[in-house]
Amino acid sequence: MAAAPTDNQHRSPNTPALGLRVLLLAGLSILLLVTDHQNNHLDATRKAIGAAVYPLRIVVDAPISVWRWLGESTASRNELRLENSRLNAERLLTHARLQRYAALEAENTRLRAMLQATANVRDQVRVAEIMSVSANPFRHVLVVNKGTRDGVYDGQAMLDADGVVGQVIEAGLLSSQGVLISDPDHALPIEVNRNGLRTIAVGTGEYDRLDLPFLPNNADINEGDLLVASGLGGAFPAGYPVAVVESVTRIPREPFAAVSARPAAALNQVREIMLIWSVSDDPETVVTEAGTDE
Amino acid sequence: MSKDRASRRLPILASIVFALMLTIVPLPDYASPFRPDWVALTLIYWAMNLPRTYSVGSAWIVGIVLDVAHGTLLGQHALALCFMVYITVKFHLQIRQFPLSQLTATVFALLALYQFILFWINGVAGVHAAATTYWGPVLTGTLVWPLLFMFFSGLRYRARASS
Repeated sequence: MAAAPTDNQHRSPNTPALGLRVLLLAGLSILLLVTDHQNNHLDATRKAIGAAVYPLRIVVDAPISVWRWLGESTASRNELRLENSRLNAERLLTHARLQRYAALEAENTRLRAMLQATANVRDQVRVAEIMSVSANPFRHVLVVNKGTRDGVYDGQAMLDADGVVGQVIEAGLLSSQGVLISDPDHALPIEVNRNGLRTIAVGTGEYDRLDLPFLPNNADINEGDLLVASGLGGAFPAGYPVAVVESVTRIPREPFAAVSARPAAALNQVREIMLIWSVSDDPETVVTEAGTDE
Repeated sequence: MSKDRASRRLPILASIVFALMLTIVPLPDYASPFRPDWVALTLIYWAMNLPRTYSVGSAWIVGIVLDVAHGTLLGQHALALCFMVYITVKFHLQIRQFPLSQLTATVFALLALYQFILFWINGVAGVHAAATTYWGPVLTGTLVWPLLFMFFSGLRYRARASS
């Protein structure tokens, strides 16, 4: 090939410039790193490059989508009938629950009005499909196929049918990146459903474990307690289940108990997630800040 | 000439894009720490063989795209790839003469350097991860390198024979 000789001819004048170029690029990288780490001025740049990566994600996702579509369209009639009846039963069950919930909600608003509490927050939900999960083992990040065009914003809560999944960290035009609650850099304010004890759940980097590092040894918490989002901090709407306490180890010589919990949502199995918009009359009850940091 | 150059560059760009795609393909949990650094391997190959055309600049641009795709700090992979390719280009004449076994050992060292820079930046930025997430890609990357090398060399040999 012609490339090899030309390479050799031109290399000698190129060599000193190479070191200089590396130094310049390294300096530029470090500048970018520091800027990106300290604030989010680079979001626009990130979004622009993200839009260029989007077609790649579609191509990568295509075989999986085709496989799922094939699986669905070739499912036997018997399977479909079984699934149909199962779904019907499930629908009836949830419908019954929903009726009770409607009554409870009405009662709740009445009581709140009596207490003159802040306006109740209603939630609007939209389903988004996950395009890829965790390309990088250092971060538990997923990409969904809804972006700012659909009204997604940074810091928005993501749920699945069982509980909180994570929050949006970067809303692109057509797709958004979200961080899972199991990401080692993620922490969310929670409370124990049984007694309202407030604390913080921190991701561990494992999909099936969250840590509650700030509970004193005498805290009233037991195995099996349900932890729900407390709504403090504003990123997550209150009341959605987050995790179930799996183990509580009280060590007398340590100031804090070692408590770990299993996330309610199946973080590594979700295929669709729900994005939550809090609709409220009172603008102060909805804070849309990207609170990914602890 | 320019058309000739474009037709020569296209397969190389395609290989880099394909490596990026392999990087974002979803893998099961147990396998994802052992995903080889396809982009790093591809860049090593092209920097070693065509150091004039594919040098630190292209590595930096690919690194920025990789940062966005991974959602890491902007500049992290760019810096790591840049240094790795710099070493490759600096010593490409020696590296080219190596037999495959020695070349593979060199690639191991290059990948380890790449992961070390990532590890170092993660440490400074306060991101913690298990040790396998750093060593896994180095080991599997070294294992797939001979195959990748033979694959690319075969392609280039064929392209040369046809032109």
